[in-house]
Amino acid sequence: MKAAIGLSAIALASALGAKGAAAADLTLCWAAWDPANALVELSKDFETKSGHTMSFEFVPWPNFADRMLNELNSGGQLCDLMIGDSQWVGLGAEAGHYIKLNDFFEANGISMEDFIPATVTGYSEWPKGTPNYWALPAFGDVVGWTYRKDWFEKPELQAEFQEKYGRPLAPPATLEELKDIGTFFQGREIDGKTVYGAAIYTERGSEGITMGVTNALYNYGFQYGSPENPYDLEGYVNSPGAVEGLEYYKALYDCCTPPGSSDWYMSEDIDAYKSGQVALQMNFAFIWPGVEADPNVGGGKSGYFANPAGPAGHFAQLGGQGISVVSYSENQEAALEYIQWFAQEEIQKKWWSLGGYSALKAVVEDPGFATSQPYAQTFLDSMAIVKDFWAEPSYASLLLSMQDKVHKYVVAGQGTAQEALDGLVEDWTEVFEDDGKL
Amino acid sequence: MSETAMARAARATPPSAARRIRGLSDRAIAWIFVAPTIFLLLAVNIFPLIWTVRLSFTNFRANRPNAEVSWIGLRNYTRILTDDDIWLTMQATAHFLFWTIALQVLIGFALAWLINRKFRHSDMWTTIIVLPMMLSPAVVGNFWTFLYQPQIGLFNYAIAFLTGADPTSFSMIGEVALAPWAIVIVDTWMWTPFVMLICLAGLRSIPDTIYEAAECDRASKWRQFWTLTVPMVLPFLMLAVLFRGIENFKMFDLVVQLTGGGPGNTTTLTSIDLKREAFEKWRTGYASAYAVILFVTVFGLASIYVKALNKVKER
Repeated sequence: MKAAIGLSAIALASALGAKGAAAADLTLCWAAWDPANALVELSKDFETKSGHTMSFEFVPWPNFADRMLNELNSGGQLCDLMIGDSQWVGLGAEAGHYIKLNDFFEANGISMEDFIPATVTGYSEWPKGTPNYWALPAFGDVVGWTYRKDWFEKPELQAEFQEKYGRPLAPPATLEELKDIGTFFQGREIDGKTVYGAAIYTERGSEGITMGVTNALYNYGFQYGSPENPYDLEGYVNSPGAVEGLEYYKALYDCCTPPGSSDWYMSEDIDAYKSGQVALQMNFAFIWPGVEADPNVGGGKSGYFANPAGPAGHFAQLGGQGISVVSYSENQEAALEYIQWFAQEEIQKKWWSLGGYSALKAVVEDPGFATSQPYAQTFLDSMAIVKDFWAEPSYASLLLSMQDKVHKYVVAGQGTAQEALDGLVEDWTEVFEDDGKL
Repeated sequence: MSETAMARAARATPPSAARRIRGLSDRAIAWIFVAPTIFLLLAVNIFPLIWTVRLSFTNFRANRPNAEVSWIGLRNYTRILTDDDIWLTMQATAHFLFWTIALQVLIGFALAWLINRKFRHSDMWTTIIVLPMMLSPAVVGNFWTFLYQPQIGLFNYAIAFLTGADPTSFSMIGEVALAPWAIVIVDTWMWTPFVMLICLAGLRSIPDTIYEAAECDRASKWRQFWTLTVPMVLPFLMLAVLFRGIENFKMFDLVVQLTGGGPGNTTTLTSIDLKREAFEKWRTGYASAYAVILFVTVFGLASIYVKALNKVKER
């Protein structure tokens, strides 16, 4: 790989040299969040080496899908490069928004075997499980947990927890243990302030509660479909295990979350955690560098653990994105140069050091990686257990149905878990029927 | 008038515009002037409406331009009208419409009546009262999500102060029973001044002489209010109700900012639901059928209402 990348780099450098006169202004579109700022910093190297200039279009997460999918659906030329969400890959491929990268990868010695397998499947492949690539894994991400290590280490709390639950107050191994910890901290006075158990995803409008609840559903036995036919949903989406998982998430919401957390997603969870409201926080791994750097909760006050196991397995919701070249771009050559530059090992290493989660095996399997940051090992553990939501072209319809059904049960307390999941099967079946897949 | 004077007058009269523009008739010239407007109206209003009706019978998706579009008859309409969730959305919209209009009319009229008393600094108070309607709905929505926060929100603390309840024991935007009222309260706070201004215009249009005549006839203040003030302000009030009804039927931004349509779909109004179907799920055909149903409903109700309004005006 190193040799291939090295050769590619030489080829790229000569190509760039030859193209000095045809410098392009590339626009990269992504969500507005901390990693995007790191990418701006990283991309300065590309500008220097290539002579191209980079512009960035970052949109806050709640509006990211709306804004960017509208851009793609309208054939807009705003974005030359798109770091689109993992679930968009099916639409990007089938609607012709992204260009297929197989030939480009082959010509430039970029091998998908050099990337974490889950990220290749999650961010690049369509159809899933086939060697058809529409993106280069750009940012590995996964839902994990942050906890107040300084609170966990308080002797009086340790003693009380030990007495109550018969085990030490430590990062939980199972989801049930996690609920116990949440219950233990809920409404407790710590340092003269009332604190709560856990900040979890409950957001209604975009994808929040789905990205949260799946961390319980997967581990209690929920499956998207039968192994033989992925669109055969009955008995998989609404299996007894899945129902139990949904009931668990509602119980966690009822027992252990701060008042008023009925519509929380990434930023609200971060705020609650950093302001010392909660002992545990569910969130994507991208926030961890920010937690470490925070004066209130960073510098050793926080710890990290992968989503705990459930009775039927051990999984975590995949986040993250791949970088694609938009087919409507007039700067496709330059955009491909960017991808080629970005795939280099040295750039990926720098990406990690700036706070970007590289998906390149050479970076994450480096012997020093696991100890390079307090959260690095948790990131590796989490990436080993990921599962993703549908990436079908109709993913938005599938997602919004799930948002609706799950929020209605978990937050609004309407109906039963069984009714919610039966309704979900009905909605999803209708979507697949409309798509001609059933 | 003498022959010469008539001839002079005839000479002084300019030839008709039609004769000056190559023999076109006045009617033709009028059409030339009106045609661009009519064309624009057809292009911007009528054509999209007809196109929407056409799309409503298909499975078209705007985000899949290459996919085959099939004619599916009334399937979209049947699905919508038999979908329990859509009926819940209609109920949520009806609840929102009824209570916002009722509260805004009552409070708006009361405020207008008070302001019309012309007390000291009444102009300053009018300015202060109309401030909320000058704010952006997105700002108001964000602002009120903070006010409604159980842990730090002033609203919860005010309720706690008045009732003695624990401020963190209830969440206005997180509980099924309270969320519909949370959006009603914010919309009422924001738009009551608008109704007040219209009522104030109505109150100030009533001549003082009518009240003086009523005084001479020894009509009590109560009698004057019900037999003079209310009937004379009624057309204004009905106009305010029409404006607020139309506005609130398409309410979107404020509620999205406040609750995102939740918890569950308790505050998912039809406009929010329609937007999700059309521009998030991209079920264009289905959303078109949804839009047609809403259009027919609103158009029907508005027509009946406007007829009633005209009758009141004629009285």
